[in-house]
Parts: sequence; C-alpha cells; structure tokens
Amino acid sequence: MRIPPAMESICVLLPILMSPYLEQELEKRFNLLKLWTAPHKTQFIKDHAASIRAIVGNASAGADAELIDSLPKLEIVASYSVGIDKVDLKYCKEKGVRVTNTPDVLTDDVADIAIGLTLAVMRRLCESGRYVRSGLWKKGDFKLTTKFTGQTVGILGLGRIGKAVARRAEAFSCPIAYSSRTEKPELKYKYYPTVVELASKCDVLVVACALTEETRYIINREVIDALGPKGVLINIGRGHHIDEPELLSALLEGRSGGAGLDVYQNEPEVPEQLFGLENVVLLPHAGSDTTETCNAMADLVIGNLEAHFLNKPLLTPVV
Amino acid sequence: MAPLPNLPEVLIINPPPAFICFESHFTHKFNILRAWESPLPLDQFLTTHAHSVQALLCRAETPVNADLLRLLSALKIVVSASTGADQVDKAECRRRGIAVTNAGNAYSEDVADLAVGLFLDVNRKISAADSYVRRGLWSSRGDYSLGSKIGGKRVGVVGLGSIGYEVAKRFEAFGCKISYNSRSKRQSLSYPFYSNVSELAADNDALIICCGLTDETRHMINKEVLSALGKDGVVVNIGRGAIIDEKALVRCLVNGEIRGAGLDVFENEPHIPKEIVAMDNVVLSPHKAVYTVESVKEGGEVMIANLEAFFSNKPLVTPVIYS
Repeated sequence: MRIPPAMESICVLLPILMSPYLEQELEKRFNLLKLWTAPHKTQFIKDHAASIRAIVGNASAGADAELIDSLPKLEIVASYSVGIDKVDLKYCKEKGVRVTNTPDVLTDDVADIAIGLTLAVMRRLCESGRYVRSGLWKKGDFKLTTKFTGQTVGILGLGRIGKAVARRAEAFSCPIAYSSRTEKPELKYKYYPTVVELASKCDVLVVACALTEETRYIINREVIDALGPKGVLINIGRGHHIDEPELLSALLEGRSGGAGLDVYQNEPEVPEQLFGLENVVLLPHAGSDTTETCNAMADLVIGNLEAHFLNKPLLTPVV
Repeated sequence: MAPLPNLPEVLIINPPPAFICFESHFTHKFNILRAWESPLPLDQFLTTHAHSVQALLCRAETPVNADLLRLLSALKIVVSASTGADQVDKAECRRRGIAVTNAGNAYSEDVADLAVGLFLDVNRKISAADSYVRRGLWSSRGDYSLGSKIGGKRVGVVGLGSIGYEVAKRFEAFGCKISYNSRSKRQSLSYPFYSNVSELAADNDALIICCGLTDETRHMINKEVLSALGKDGVVVNIGRGAIIDEKALVRCLVNGEIRGAGLDVFENEPHIPKEIVAMDNVVLSPHKAVYTVESVKEGGEVMIANLEAFFSNKPLVTPVIYS
C-alpha cells in the first residue's frame, strides 16, 4: 500500500496486539502507541492523553465513555472487527468522534466457520479425530452421528453474515428460517417474529446478529428449551448473546443437542465444564482468522484512518 | 424371535450397521442365516446351513471372493451395503451369473457433507483449535494460528459420480472454483474436465477424492500428483484409502510438501501411519462418512428393496451387475 506523507506525528493508540501485519502497517504511517507493552496502562494513557487522536479497537477492546472523556484529542475509533458493541456509539456521536469497522471483508470467513462448526458438531469431527488418535478405532467402530443435509437452519440476524450462512446451508438442501429486526420479503426464507418461535421450528440455530441492548442474553432458557434436546446452537456473534450459565446447564443435563461456539462472555476464558462434552466444539474467536481476511481487515482499518486524516470520506463509517 | 415360515432365506456373514440398527425391518421379511452368531467356522457353517441360499447381504468389510462363492453354489445375488461394492469380486460374480447390487445414492449427501466438513476443518483448523481451547492454551498462550480462506480456492474433484456431484455443489456455495477428473466427461455439467489427474492437481489448491477403488484408481494419487498439487495443497479422501499411495502422502505431509489432509479412509484400517497421528494439519476420521442414523436407515431400505425385487422377480433397484 502506498503511504501518504506526513502522518508520522499522529498518535494512534493500539490497546492490544491484534495482528503483526496491522501493527507493522500502523507503525509505518503513524506514531503508534502500544498500550499492551506499557508496565502501567493507566499511567501510559494519562501520559499520552493530550496527543492521542485515534484508537484502533477490536472485538474485545473498544472505547467507552470514560476512555473517550480521558482523550480530549480523540477524533476516530477504527475497529479491527465488524462488531462494535465495545464502542459507545451514542457517546461517540455526541462528541463528534468518528467510528469505523470492517464489514464485508470477513463475511465469507465467518459464514464458513458457522457451517464448519455445524458439521463439526453434528458429525462429531473433533471427537472422532480424538477417537482415531487415541487408538480407540482399533477396538471398534465409532458411533453413528447425525445428518446435516436437509436439516432446517434458523438464523438469528439476517445481515451480511446471516445471508452468507443461508446461501451455504441452501447448498445442503437445508430449509432456511430466520428472525431479524425487520422481515425481508424479497428473500424466500421463512420469517419468525420471535427467537423462541424460530428456535422451536429449526434444527440448527445460528446466532449472527449484532450485540445490542435488545439482543443481550437473547438466547435464554426459553429459547434453549424451544430448540430442544436434539437442537444445535451455533454462536458466531458475541458471547453475551447467550445466557452462558443456562446453556452450560442445558448441555450438562442433556437438554441440548450440542453447541458450536466461537465466542464467550469472558474471552479468552472458556467454562471448563465444556471441555468434557463431546457434542460441543470450541473455537478461540477465530471466525475471521485467515491470513487473507486479517490482512484485508488491517488494510481497511489503515484505509479508514488515512481517509480521516486526509479529510476524505471514510471507507466504512458506522458513526 | 422365531422366523415366520416360508420367508425367503438371506445369508449374512457379518451384519452391516443397517441390520444392527434396524434388524426388525429385515427379519419381518426374510429368514436371516446368521453366520456370525454360529460357533462353527465359516466354511462349515456355510456347507451345513447355506447350501441352498440364493441371497447374500454383505457389509463393506466382508470380502466376497472366489473362495467364498465356491461354498455358495446356489447364490444368485449379492446385496452390498456399500456404494462401491469394492469388496465384491465382480468378475467372479459375472462368471457365475450372480447379480450384485449396491447402496445407490443412499449415502451421497452424508459423504459429501463429510468431505466439506473435513475440508473446512483442515483449512480453518477447527479440530486443532478446539483441542487448543480444551487444553486451556487460549488463556495461557493467546490466539491460535491463522487458517486459510476457503473462498476463491480452486477445488479439483476426483470422480464426478453421484458423490462427486454433491461435493461440487456444496463447495461452489463457499465460493470455490470446481474442476474435475473422472472416467469420462459429464456432458451435462459445465465444470472444466481434466483427463489427467496430475494436470488437475497442478491447476488446483485441493483434491477431493470421491471415486471408487478399482485397478485403475489404486494408488492413482501418487508422489507425482501430490507434487503437482504443491505445498499449499490440501487432499481430502472420502473414497478408499488405497486410491492414495499412503506412504507417499505421509512423506509429503512430514516434509511439508503439501499443506494438509483430511482423511476418512486409510490403506490399512483401522491402522493409521504413526507419523501423522500428532500432526495438527491432518484431520483424521474413522471411516464414518456414511455412518449417520439417516444414511444407515436409507441404506437399509435400499438393501431391502433390492432383496424384495429379487425374490419377486422384479427389476433390481440399484444393480451393479445384472445376472
């Protein structure tokens, strides 16, 4: 990427190490402040508060009102993620702070993981791999698993990612149902106005919506019960979409058919009781973790920052 | 349960999963001769109890060869639980005028689903990352290593029969570009056709092995093909272990000459080459592509339909060889 001139003095705060490529490209252009390397983070912020003009956030590090207030020169929060639930959007708008994210470039990867998790759970890919590696196959055949083709896939949130999941599931002859803020009659999928109804009518429920006040803990006991003892829950949204203790007890008590999880309430902590379950597949928030997509996300973050500091229109503004 | 009188006899040497899971579906219609339950050695059982049996129901692992057929002089049909009926000496059956049926398309969707699952797993490191999380390493060591994007990958399907077709259809939905090698070009399909599997490998990022095992396809995926595929290439095998030269595959994986593999079948099941047991970029599956409740049930229905057709002199449902 061509580097525009004269931005080296602009202070950009990078709270955690997200990607070596992103760090490298930011360092080439800006005065990059690497918060995770500071022995005393609060002091570090205080020391640089008067000069930080941009924050690069991600799924776990955003900008709340307190941080925004402590940085009087803050102009933009460019998130290395599409979900920006960790950014106080209302406050940013109030304060005139711009916010960007990384939509589209990661849509395919995340949808791929949704299907990958579904197949891994239903066909017990991880468990049967362990079965082979431990030598158990020499003692007898693995058990029967469950067919995916033809199962009804319910999608919560039919945005870019939800639609991409639907397109893939259709190739497996899966009838598609969904629940979303608004019905999309142009798509020939079955709409349900509530998540509980959606859960009761599908075999696999994929959480693909944004995390907001409305959708926090939207997957609760009622929904888990409606999905049923054979139903499979796939979470590629945010950990806080699911009432995690409720899901845990449903899985431990055999009231759920299984879960494929890429996100959790307190990453990177994952409830250890899940580790012993064979109908669960656990990924470390890897939905967009391919070399190609991470580079594309980084390029988009850089592109948004450059556009802002060159007074050009932002590439992917949220606020 | 005592068999009902006058039900036609069907011999089973080792019961296929469809029989184990849905036994009554079979025993309501046929008088089953249960060789596996007898204390007698097989040849004695057959000469004592099966000399007039006309139908043999056999699972994929039970070889039906000249030695066995010699002991079944009245045999007229072999009903195989498998898609390929590779375990049946078809030339010998043809010589003896014995019909052979297979499972038809009963398993195609499930096998295709597993091919996609294995491919997604290898490229996105699903099993490896799941293991990483379960060992508590996400909190102690940080994020897992990056995988490889699926969209845009060029995928070469080896064998475009009913399974290969279902595989191609699914991969397309992930944005993969499909081409194939098969015994003959399928005129109704627009995917680019390669008559040579090395050339297919050279032009693709992955090979999905979907063909049956024959004299032609034995060790067809050899060192030359794997070199053509290249160090970024991935192999998925849901056909038969012997289609790949397993020693060559292991060497390529150990030396980093291909990027990874997803394997449901092996040359010497249930033995796995020890070199690949601990490799994170190899996804291992215990020959279970067809083993879902739904497929086993459907496979059983196809076997029963073929037996019923045979005993009522009607056309067989899924013949491999007519008699």
